[in-house]
Amino acid sequence: MSSIIDRPAATRGGVLGWLQVQLPKIVLAPTCVITIVFVYGFILWTTYLSFSRSRMFPNLGWAGTKPHENLWANPVWYKALENLAILGTLYIGIATVLGLFLATLLDQRIRQEGFIRTIYLYPMALSFIVTGTVWKWMLNPGLGIEKLMHDFGWTGFQFDWIVNSDMAIYTVVMAGVWQSSGFVMAMFLAGLRAVDDEIIKAASIDGASLPRIYVRIIFPMMRPIFLSSFVVLGHLAIKSFDLVIALTGGGPGFATELPATFMYKQTFTRNNIAVGSASAVMMLVTVAAIMVPYLYSELRAQKGVQR
Amino acid sequence: MSFHVSRPASGTQTLWRVLLYSILIFFALIYLAPLYVMVITSLKSLDEIRAGNLMLPPLDPNFDAWAKSWSAACVGVECSGISRYFFNSFKMAIPAVAISTFMGAFNGYVLTKWRFKGADIVFALILFGCFIPFQIVLVPMATILGWLGLAQTTPGLILVHVTYGLCFTTLFFRNYYQAFPDELIRAAKLDGAGFFQTFWRVLLPNSLPIVVVTVIWQFTNIWNDFLFGASFASGNAAPMTVALNNVVNTSTSVKEYNVDMASAIYAALPTLIVYVLAGRYFVRGLMAGAVKG
Repeated sequence: MSSIIDRPAATRGGVLGWLQVQLPKIVLAPTCVITIVFVYGFILWTTYLSFSRSRMFPNLGWAGTKPHENLWANPVWYKALENLAILGTLYIGIATVLGLFLATLLDQRIRQEGFIRTIYLYPMALSFIVTGTVWKWMLNPGLGIEKLMHDFGWTGFQFDWIVNSDMAIYTVVMAGVWQSSGFVMAMFLAGLRAVDDEIIKAASIDGASLPRIYVRIIFPMMRPIFLSSFVVLGHLAIKSFDLVIALTGGGPGFATELPATFMYKQTFTRNNIAVGSASAVMMLVTVAAIMVPYLYSELRAQKGVQR
Repeated sequence: MSFHVSRPASGTQTLWRVLLYSILIFFALIYLAPLYVMVITSLKSLDEIRAGNLMLPPLDPNFDAWAKSWSAACVGVECSGISRYFFNSFKMAIPAVAISTFMGAFNGYVLTKWRFKGADIVFALILFGCFIPFQIVLVPMATILGWLGLAQTTPGLILVHVTYGLCFTTLFFRNYYQAFPDELIRAAKLDGAGFFQTFWRVLLPNSLPIVVVTVIWQFTNIWNDFLFGASFASGNAAPMTVALNNVVNTSTSVKEYNVDMASAIYAALPTLIVYVLAGRYFVRGLMAGAVKG
């Protein structure tokens, strides 16, 4: 990296000269202060609260590990973790496979490709609250898809997942996949476009069939994109809050509770800030376990390119 | 990667193309279905909704539900429509987008063209802020907003969105300016241009694409945010997403699905319009947010 640290040739003395030299740092300073206080400071603050006696209001009285013990003794928290595991696995898995599948099909010199791509991707522009509202309506057992099938003459059709505590979490998966798979498709499509034509020509001259070329040669080349989409989707899954609130509100009962909704309810409606903070710390630890190695490798890779 | 496996057009190949297009169109219809349902439901009367089914087009399309949603829908206990919250979201998003984009541009400039010792570490520390689950900052933020007298206000939400948008805007501009030739900056400096002059005269005129990407990204994220709105401004200053959720989950009287859907369309419209008009930049923002570098 050829950095430009050409200090002003004739450094004027005094305060003005010093300001001149320090100007870039002064411009960057507000962001640094904001980051230190509102990101790292707040992380420490919440971590402290997770060891405090806070109930309805933050309370700095020390409670030791009690809130953490309470968190891990709460069956709803285990339900939230189980749901996150189900949501994470299915949501990431299905969105990735579907995204790759659609990208591969779109990469076959399709007429109107841009138009179709626009359709696949538009849900990403919507708020999860909008998505949740619409899907809640479509999944309504009395008036939604179930009734539609009955009207078509399939009277035995039952689709009451949204009010069925065993199945409700899968409605969150469906709506989530609908919203995000187009984005995964766009990432894979960009990756497929970057593959050199010559590779395919050479392989097909060797007699390999098209599906074989994709599975054996091209998909393995998409490794960085698999990683990126895993990180983006995993991150969305852990943070998912809006979608559950709008779609099921965490119910029926606690059936679709997730760590994000658990934290919110403990903190703001159950007057249990300490336990809410403990769950927030767990969420941060989980995200950091995914993001820190990823960011580290990304930044290192960037440096490698530059130097 | 457009390729052509040269083979004579055979019957199987035609069949394959038909299958290909059928699958693509099938999925396009699935992706479009919720939007279609949303629009037609909003144009129906409640009676028709109860009697008919999800996919049937409206017999007598009308905008009654749209009008009711705009000026008479119940958000919580107050039934004066969602229009106020629609404008709340604009009052929140426009300043927040402008401030965070402006600051991000300068940050990117400093981090690439006025590098100092430790610049990479500073950048990495800022970047981490993009990825924290925001649950970790809710309680401290609520406390600080209370101290500042900004709880339940639009300026409070602007502060929050600028704060947690900065890492993204900084990331976007930093990556964009990294590719900007240093020679041009050096030449400007030799001509005697200072820190700000170089930025205004040399860098900024060449920054239009990344400004568009950043503005779209920030606007979409801030408009669509629900967590911060619900946590810090659930009353009269609530943004559109919070109001929509209240309209849908207000458990008074009859469920008015058509009004719910009309409200959802109002909430979706601004970002959808941005997406349709500037989809290319929208996608670039998504990519830049996901795949750094």
